[in-house]
Amino acid sequence: MYNDRVVKEFSNPQNVGELKDANAVGTVGNAVCGDIMKIFMKINENDVIEDVSFQTFGCAAAIATSSVATTMIKGKTVEEALKLTNKQVIDELGGLPPQKLHCSVLAEEAIKEAINNYLTEYKNKKNKV
Amino acid sequence: MKRIYLDYSATTPLSPSVLEAMTPYFTEHFGNANSMHAFGQEGAYAVDSARRKIAELLGVKPTEIYFTSGGTESDNWALKGCASAYSSKGKHIITSKIEHAAIISSCAQLEQEGYKVTYLPCDNNGIVRPEYLEEVIDDETSIVSVMLANNEIGTIQPIKELCEIAHRHGAIFHTDAVQAIGSIPVDVNELGVDLMSFSGHKFYGPKGIGVLYIKSGVKPDKLIAGGHQERTRRGGTTNVPSVVGISKALEDALANLDKNYKHIKELRDYFVAGVEKNIPHVVYNGDRERRLPQNANFAFEFIEGESLLLTLDLNGIACSSGSACSSGSLEPSHVLLATGLPVEKAHGSIRFSFGKDTTKEDVDYVLDSLIKAVSKLRNMSPLYAEFIGGKK
Repeated sequence: MYNDRVVKEFSNPQNVGELKDANAVGTVGNAVCGDIMKIFMKINENDVIEDVSFQTFGCAAAIATSSVATTMIKGKTVEEALKLTNKQVIDELGGLPPQKLHCSVLAEEAIKEAINNYLTEYKNKKNKV
Repeated sequence: MKRIYLDYSATTPLSPSVLEAMTPYFTEHFGNANSMHAFGQEGAYAVDSARRKIAELLGVKPTEIYFTSGGTESDNWALKGCASAYSSKGKHIITSKIEHAAIISSCAQLEQEGYKVTYLPCDNNGIVRPEYLEEVIDDETSIVSVMLANNEIGTIQPIKELCEIAHRHGAIFHTDAVQAIGSIPVDVNELGVDLMSFSGHKFYGPKGIGVLYIKSGVKPDKLIAGGHQERTRRGGTTNVPSVVGISKALEDALANLDKNYKHIKELRDYFVAGVEKNIPHVVYNGDRERRLPQNANFAFEFIEGESLLLTLDLNGIACSSGSACSSGSLEPSHVLLATGLPVEKAHGSIRFSFGKDTTKEDVDYVLDSLIKAVSKLRNMSPLYAEFIGGKK
């Protein structure tokens, strides 16, 4: 069902776990749908994503896309990360079965959610200080 | 890599003795069992013998045994055939919420055609209690169909009691016995059912062959129109090798029923105890007592079933997830939801089904891999992190 790249990424995912000093956190999905992705980022003063990690509850496609998407945005600027599309994530994985395409949307949405939270909350607080 | 098959409820390997019995009917005795000549008569004789053998094993008449292409066709025929044949009595059909897709989908089609279908609930253990039927059955009810044993959680249904209620209201009773035949003792006469479906490949027989038992006097309309096969009630050239195969497989299964039951149940119980001792936050789905010996079904909280299935598969272990994406459908198991299991736990449910060739070493290997796999996936899960965080 899955190609070798997806299986490899699923069985040995990168950037798993909670990032203790994250300043951008985003969660999308819900347990009822069977998919939740939580993303943690450490964004520096130059708006560069210094470190990123994830926690995912979901199928193999959800875990593989989480792994690849976090790898793809590591070291990128916030602006660049916001441009990441689910299509790019799928291409990086060499394709997903049709019924699994929605799982890749989750990664894109989680990244956007985390960055939006960062821009609205964290930066606001910083400006006030 | 070690490979361990724990999906015997999905299908079983053909046993060598069955293959041996079937082989001549592919090659030297290839005749069409409907042909008058000697070639055909060899086939006809084999089919007759198989039919008589199956009837004898089940304690019924040979004329009550009809060969089909499998459990799905038997279910379709029983339900649709009786629905139309007995529509003058009424257009109300009763089944349960935990039936196999062959029944659920047939009912959905009948609903489209104007039949009213009532889906009986089950209790939290997955048992369709007779009082549920008593509440909804009426004089318009023409057929009641409840499975003998459930394919996902292995619960054994009170068929005799359900059948008595149906008969008291003049309704025909059908049971899907696909999971039960060859696994537990089934006495058709004691149960009192009018129709019963089963399938060859669930008890080490070939795929693509099934039986519909139809009690004398019960006359479902035809599902497959064709030639004069099966006393003109089911058309299509008789699949002679597979008919020989299902007969031989049933004979073997029933001859070894006690021995296999004991072996399989012991290993299943050992596995269940191992899981419950070593893995916290699991739900053992189904009923502990009224259950097929081969079935174990667990919800592993905080993780999703498909990722667990795939992790085990990468370790050479084959099991099944009724849930989520694995089967192409994104809905969690309708059976688990019917038992009242919350959706998120239904997503994390896995079925392990054991067979006569499973060994204790296999179970130990699976337990070891399972403990590691659950732990690995939980460490990735935001739900688990939240749960652990909440406890601190």
